[in-house]
Amino acid sequence: MSAGAALSQAALRARIDTVLAEVPDPEIPAVSVVDLGIVRGVDADGRNVIVTPTYTGCPATIAIELAIRVALDEAGLEDIGIKTVLSPPWTTDMISDAGRDKLRAYGIAPPPKGAEGRSLHGADIVECPQCGSTRTKEVSRFGSTPCKALWQCSDCHEPFDRFKCH
Amino acid sequence: MSDTLFRSLLELGDDSLILGQRLCEWCGKAPSVEVDLSLSNLGLDLMGQATLFLNYAGEVEGKGRDGDRLAFHRDGEQFRNSLLVEQPNGDFGQTMARQFLFSTYQLGLFEQLVKSADPRIAEIAAKAVKEVRSHADISAEWVIRLGDGTEDSHERMVDGFDWFWRFIDDMFAMDDDQRALAEQGILADKAALRPAFDARVAAVLAEATLPAAQPVWQVGSGRQGKHSEHLSHLLAEMQQLARAHPEATW
Repeated sequence: MSAGAALSQAALRARIDTVLAEVPDPEIPAVSVVDLGIVRGVDADGRNVIVTPTYTGCPATIAIELAIRVALDEAGLEDIGIKTVLSPPWTTDMISDAGRDKLRAYGIAPPPKGAEGRSLHGADIVECPQCGSTRTKEVSRFGSTPCKALWQCSDCHEPFDRFKCH
Repeated sequence: MSDTLFRSLLELGDDSLILGQRLCEWCGKAPSVEVDLSLSNLGLDLMGQATLFLNYAGEVEGKGRDGDRLAFHRDGEQFRNSLLVEQPNGDFGQTMARQFLFSTYQLGLFEQLVKSADPRIAEIAAKAVKEVRSHADISAEWVIRLGDGTEDSHERMVDGFDWFWRFIDDMFAMDDDQRALAEQGILADKAALRPAFDARVAAVLAEATLPAAQPVWQVGSGRQGKHSEHLSHLLAEMQQLARAHPEATW
């Protein structure tokens, strides 16, 4: 019997949560797949981790699934499956508050809440993650990854990535 | 019914796949690094849509083909994409004319498909529609910027659009079986989407100081697998690796 099957449901869920909280996003390693809202939890019978892709064409989707698989396997949870769901569609609102703090500390301006229904580039006030100034400007709507835009602070002049609303 | 649904899913997936491939041809040689990134990013979104639609198409077909199999191991006449998306990139103006026409069409379509009675189609459309909205906005901005730009950029936009007017009916084409699926709420009735498409295109062209759409003879029909020679060249490049090593994994 595997370690996964030997645990009680509650203990198993807690174990999975702990393991996944340590799985970094491959493109933004400062945040975990849980912080980003990619992991939706464990399904009702406790057999599958439910994940959802961020962008439709996010190239990291396969890498993320692989990273989750490896983390589960290493924790002795080989019999826990991974199920991908699309609905409800992921939005940047699903990034946790802790995730937003980690993004900021990493130098990425987190997306404002309430992104649902807005287009990807609804430009509002963006705070510089370095100095906190709101005198910032968009340099390029497309940045180092599909989910980010390139911005610059007009006060401290630091360029920074901004997580786009989605 | 399942054959009609399969064909219709191929139309949706192939439009995204072929245009995604076209956009990625710009990678490394776009007018600026930002544009390089933006076209590849748009292409990536389209590839994501293609994966979802073609995987579902494979399930509906029930012959064990997945999205990759459908993308890389079909010949040209088995593709159901519109003629518009397979047209060569031309210059940046022509690429943006094509993108604006396609994204405007796709936005109207997906806004209906989010209400599809088929839950898989509905959830794919709901996932993709936010990205499509940004594609439609970005391409409209470029059309206006270039149309209302220099004499050179204006002329290039005029030329770009001139090439594409002949493919609009093909993009919107539906047959009787598909109309029956639309009546059941599974597909969208594309004819009903046409007036809003025409109005949006007219408004953006006017703002771009570009001439209105010209009524020209319409070329058909990609939806029946009859394609221009351009598709074969595109497929030769796209499919070459997968066909040379059909069982490869990495």
